[in-house]
Amino acid sequence: MGKTFQKPEALADQVTHYCPGCTHGVIHRLIAEVIDELGIRGRTVGVAPVGCAVLMYNYFTFDFMEASHGRAPAQATGLKRVRPDLVVFTYQGDGDLASIGMAEIVHAANRGEKFTTIFVNNAVYGMTGGQMAPTTMPGQRTTTSPFGRKVEEVGMPIRVSELLASLATPGYITRQTVLKPKYINRAKKAVKKAFQYQLDNTCFSFVEFVSTCPTNWGLTPVEAIKWAEEKMLPYYPLGEMKTPEEA
Amino acid sequence: MGKVLMKGNEAIGEAAIRAGCLNYFAYPITPQSEVAEYLSRRLPEAGGVFLQGESEVAVSYMILGAAAVGERVFTTSSSPGISLMSEGISYMVGMELPAVFVNIMRGGPGLGGILPSQADYLQATKGIGHGDCRLLALAPASVQEAAEMVMMAFPLAEKYKNPVIVLGDGLIGQMMEPVEFPDHLATEPPNKDDWAVNGMDTRNSSRRNLLRSLYLDPEVLNQHNLNLRQKYERMKKEEIRFEAYNTETDYKALIVSYGTMSRVCRTAIDQLKAQGLEVGMIRPQTVFPFPEGAIEEAAEKESCEAVASIEMSMGQMVEDVQRSVKGKRPVSWFGKCGGEVPTPEEVIEFVKTIV
Repeated sequence: MGKTFQKPEALADQVTHYCPGCTHGVIHRLIAEVIDELGIRGRTVGVAPVGCAVLMYNYFTFDFMEASHGRAPAQATGLKRVRPDLVVFTYQGDGDLASIGMAEIVHAANRGEKFTTIFVNNAVYGMTGGQMAPTTMPGQRTTTSPFGRKVEEVGMPIRVSELLASLATPGYITRQTVLKPKYINRAKKAVKKAFQYQLDNTCFSFVEFVSTCPTNWGLTPVEAIKWAEEKMLPYYPLGEMKTPEEA
Repeated sequence: MGKVLMKGNEAIGEAAIRAGCLNYFAYPITPQSEVAEYLSRRLPEAGGVFLQGESEVAVSYMILGAAAVGERVFTTSSSPGISLMSEGISYMVGMELPAVFVNIMRGGPGLGGILPSQADYLQATKGIGHGDCRLLALAPASVQEAAEMVMMAFPLAEKYKNPVIVLGDGLIGQMMEPVEFPDHLATEPPNKDDWAVNGMDTRNSSRRNLLRSLYLDPEVLNQHNLNLRQKYERMKKEEIRFEAYNTETDYKALIVSYGTMSRVCRTAIDQLKAQGLEVGMIRPQTVFPFPEGAIEEAAEKESCEAVASIEMSMGQMVEDVQRSVKGKRPVSWFGKCGGEVPTPEEVIEFVKTIV
């Protein structure tokens, strides 16, 4: 009997800097497993964000580059347009993608750029210390909304997947989570599907993850998972928002 | 191929293709939109990539992404657009990526106007992006020279692994002149496998490449900046280009002027000569690095009483001229920056006030 479980080749042998209870680690692993299974490590280029995952390139074993805040989709556009044979993905948080980088993600999706975006939404700016994000829940306290997010002042949280799914250009848009084991296999299938659409040159593909931030939410990891399930999932429902087949 | 009559903006686009650059990303802005219009037809025909981005900010990162895989890439814009691109330019300097940016300058500040200016001199030579960030800056004075400088900009960017900016005023982009594309400037790009994120399979390597500008360790960042500084110092040694005009005479005044403005000054110098007053000129072809040695030497000539920086701005290059002359002669400024180019008569009138 051979080995039944091992570290993906695409994942580096490193201890991550992520906080306990953060889901970046699981999401990283899913990406690495998919890259191994598709056999694309040698032609993959990752684009890291500004945010908690800024140093994510330390945890992977293929070509990587940094982006500035929000611009990863524009960078990936440049990469992919001049080298369509490469497999390109961006990995972005909610401050990065849904705030400063909103123009870049909408236009990349609308052009149908043939790369994949992994969007990790934990309803807060993590790296800079827990400020309010466009995805922060109504009433949620953050360091810049100390009395809770007031929707009459700053509007409702943006549902990025639904927004991107409204574009008429064909695309693969899905929202997943890895809060519990039961979600993880489904999420991995979505990541694999997203990369497969890119490999088939079908469309832009986008996987949102509803995630946690125990540190900045001021909760324990267990409480954070409960909070995300109870407060976020009803507002950010899981599932496929759009597939290229239905366009 | 012989000479053809072309608009500057179109010649810039064609020159890039002739230099072996087949990737162009841009956002429309007057007075340089003809580059994008020209290349939107010409690049697909040449087998290249043309894409109109959603903003100059996005374009600067499309350029960054394309440069990161090791491909030649360029963009063109005008003053307000270059301000937006300056973010991406700084990241490219930090990541040590080669690319070419062309600024066909219009008046400012703010929206300013759409007519020619040279008002982005300080931005291009000293403040193009945040951080210790410098670009080699080439300043053409004709359509022919714009084409040549665009062609030479690619190998220069690759030599230094740093973006190069071609700094033309609006007239360079808008006027039509005969242009001949020289074959000798077409170059093969160097192998970029030691740093490009072009996929390990492409390089046949098991070593991954990583491009970044983030260095959290202060000693490492300081060393990174020292390395960048060394490149800027090397540019000062190896890349200074300038043209001297009428400097073989015993000139009484020395003009320093570049781009379209220098052509007006040339006419003024010819007319002054006919009137019996000799005036010399140094025309910087690189504004960074700046030909400070040549200007100092020319200013020191015994016959020379005064030096003038004549530019289509409110006095920007004059700071570099003062720095070069080191107080050995009085340095003054003359210029306009509303979109009108000073006439030879205005230059003559001014020169007469300083000698």
